[in-house]
Amino acid sequence: MRLNLKIWRQTGPTATGRLEDYTADNVSPDMSFLEMLDVVNEGLVIKGKDAIAFDSDCREGICGMCSLVVNGVPHGPDRGTTVCQLHMRRFKDGETVTIEPWRAKGFPIVKDLVVDRSAFDRIIAAGGYVSVNAGGAQDGNSILIPKDVSEAAMDSAACIGCGACVAACKNASAHLFMSAKISHLALLPQGQQERYARVTAMIDQADSEGFGSCSNEGECEAVCPKEIPISNIARMTREYVKAQFGAGK
Amino acid sequence: MKLDARVPAGPIAGKWDRHKFEMKLVNPANKRKYTIIVVGTGLAGASAAASLGELGYNVLNFCIQDSPRRAHSIAAQGGINAAKNYQNDGDSVYRLFYDTVKGGDYRSREANVYRLAQLSVNIIDQCVAQGVPFAREYGGLLDNRSFGGAQVSRTFYARGQTGQQLLIGAYQSLMRQVHQKAVRLFARREMLDVVVIDGKARGIVVRNLVTGEIERYAGDAVILATGGYGTVYYLSTNAVNSNVTAAWRAHKRGAFFANPCYTQIHPTCIPVSGDHQSKLTLMSESLRNDGRVWVPKKKGDTRSPELIPEDERDYYLERKYPSFGNLVPRDVASRNAKQAADEGRGVGESGLAVYLDFKDAIARLGPDVIKEKYGNLFQMYNKITDEDPYKVPMRIYPAIHYTMGGLWVDYNLMSTVPGLHVLGEANFSDHGANRLGASALMQGLADGYFVIPYTIGDYLANSSLPKITTEHEAFKDAAHNAQSQINKLLSVKGNRGIREIHRELGRIMWDDVGMARTDASLKRALAAIPKLREEFWHNVSVPGSADNLNQSLEYAGRVADYLEFAELLALDALERRESAGGHFREESQTPEGEAMRDDEHFSYVAAWEFKGVGVRPELHKEPLEFEEVHPTQRSYK
Repeated sequence: MRLNLKIWRQTGPTATGRLEDYTADNVSPDMSFLEMLDVVNEGLVIKGKDAIAFDSDCREGICGMCSLVVNGVPHGPDRGTTVCQLHMRRFKDGETVTIEPWRAKGFPIVKDLVVDRSAFDRIIAAGGYVSVNAGGAQDGNSILIPKDVSEAAMDSAACIGCGACVAACKNASAHLFMSAKISHLALLPQGQQERYARVTAMIDQADSEGFGSCSNEGECEAVCPKEIPISNIARMTREYVKAQFGAGK
Repeated sequence: MKLDARVPAGPIAGKWDRHKFEMKLVNPANKRKYTIIVVGTGLAGASAAASLGELGYNVLNFCIQDSPRRAHSIAAQGGINAAKNYQNDGDSVYRLFYDTVKGGDYRSREANVYRLAQLSVNIIDQCVAQGVPFAREYGGLLDNRSFGGAQVSRTFYARGQTGQQLLIGAYQSLMRQVHQKAVRLFARREMLDVVVIDGKARGIVVRNLVTGEIERYAGDAVILATGGYGTVYYLSTNAVNSNVTAAWRAHKRGAFFANPCYTQIHPTCIPVSGDHQSKLTLMSESLRNDGRVWVPKKKGDTRSPELIPEDERDYYLERKYPSFGNLVPRDVASRNAKQAADEGRGVGESGLAVYLDFKDAIARLGPDVIKEKYGNLFQMYNKITDEDPYKVPMRIYPAIHYTMGGLWVDYNLMSTVPGLHVLGEANFSDHGANRLGASALMQGLADGYFVIPYTIGDYLANSSLPKITTEHEAFKDAAHNAQSQINKLLSVKGNRGIREIHRELGRIMWDDVGMARTDASLKRALAAIPKLREEFWHNVSVPGSADNLNQSLEYAGRVADYLEFAELLALDALERRESAGGHFREESQTPEGEAMRDDEHFSYVAAWEFKGVGVRPELHKEPLEFEEVHPTQRSYK
């Protein structure tokens, strides 16, 4: 297979970027999308040219590091899939593929396709945890959690923090990401003590990072590689409203 | 230098408690005066940084990824062991200890393993308190599953994402400390050197991967939790950025490297599809419960599997191991697959695969039962290979996925460089020559939450640590060295790709230092590696500059270190003229083809001291004494 690639190149955060044309030759349908880029890069490296910078690590869909917008869709055309698990058999010989970085005010571009997602870390730091120090925990079985509650918490906890939800949202909202963490902890008995302080602190932090609000388009859910539903956002909003009316105080 | 493991005296069950009492403490008000540097944010690094921050130390925490939550612990699927005995099935701390020592083929240090088994129960409590959503039973109690190498159900799990959930738990605790300013976080930093002043580890030099700047950080102790070295084989189940650089640079500063030849191979990975392959994906071993492994009897038989009649198939595991059949342990299954491929009977385009066939199980149980049991794995396989395992047999092949060797540490997890501590997969300490399933997560968290918070206090309280700054000559030297290596890499300007050379190194390692090793193959590797290293330094092409994000430069630095480290791994494998766990020497096997230890000559930890690149390192031996568990020969007949 031969593909025409249009790839976003940008030398640094303040530089002007642009789409540049590349050709990927001898693409095997068994390659993953990132392996196709590896091969393009190896060609550039041998010629002494700057390789295209992009993030990836585990390449099995769990670390959340890979972050490419493929033909306008974060993580590409397959549902419930990170771009590292997208395979080239999904594309046709001669096709033109456009590859861009996440685009959001809260995710400044570092270089080419690499963005800075440290805002997500700061949102978690604002309250996305249970305040418990190592050493003082009671026996694990002394906290009973019904199976369905535990499963529901796990559904939300499956978030990999990749940021595709933000990239897909016209408001660049971090609501799906935040609401997954807030739901995970609000559903469990361990998360009750800080339940309302948490939701307030995390939402305030997201606002200060420049993420937008939610207008219920559902684009985030559509691109989420872990298929986390927007019902989490509804739960977060309920938690937030209750907190503003003094719940937990 | 004589190795002193500093194992406390007394009966094994009381060693840790007594040691905790005997260790010196740092007064709460004084803790904030100490700065501790933690490199790595996986299970071991994040749990250590968070716990030390909670205690009041001033912590600096570094990782190469954009966020601490990306560390490769996140990819662990199966579960975490703990001797809770919630199932009332006869588990105990002693049994977990026993299973781990035996599973490690009697090449681990008993006292460390016993402590690990003791702490396993605290880990589960800690993680539950953090809100880790472990699987539950209908009554709300924690659920357990069984795992290889044990006859009890002691594995706690969160679907197939246990590593992810445990890491997120540790990450959240870490971010809480970051918020409280007890921990300062430095993401996208790569450690390039440990700074040793007056014989003690006093800081590190890192490259800021975004700006390219060489930065210096001073502290009172350094903790490395930088993972294993599986990507020396190029293809492995590790993340593509996993590397040996931090551990190797520490080794060059005096930290001994122990048992590098102990590498673990997982038998059920999705095979390589071509040269473009960047990593391998593991599928749960549980598939072997119902799948039958086979290859064609005839060499070079390229017919598609359904056209090969029953009597022309060789179900080699069932033939050779009638009582265990397809369920022989990981190492045995792996070696036999390699043997079939070596004989020219491998399947698929590359010939580097064997079939795992569910046809009989589907006929016996029906497709619905198979789907219920293995649906997600079949789906994953289908996504990657575009083949339907309900209709055609899966193709599988072994791959490297864990490394038991690592930097040598004493009972306090301190390396041979005072003040330099090593946790998790980066150290050698608890798994001997082979790690049991669901034990890696246990070790990472035990080290970080419950061992280092105690032992580092003892080190600090007992050491004289005069104030130093990053203007000290040793910092300047280390920064200068790091910068000159970077300049050197950029100035080669050859015509070979970094990946191409890494791939070639991987091929040498897999072929000659892989699943089955011989005197001849290891000598071949020891001749080939230095040549490839020379080729690298003469012909590699590293484009771009040093003053910004340059992933080619990062990669080249890691491959350069692998080209040195690989030689040590091969040498250790050559010198260990016995088979043990994941290290199989063809010369040392039982008549049935099982790994045969030589306890008389090799019951020791091999700890290597660096003497220069290309210079033979010096071997130091820590003898292993077994007071509790008596070594026996494993058998699967």
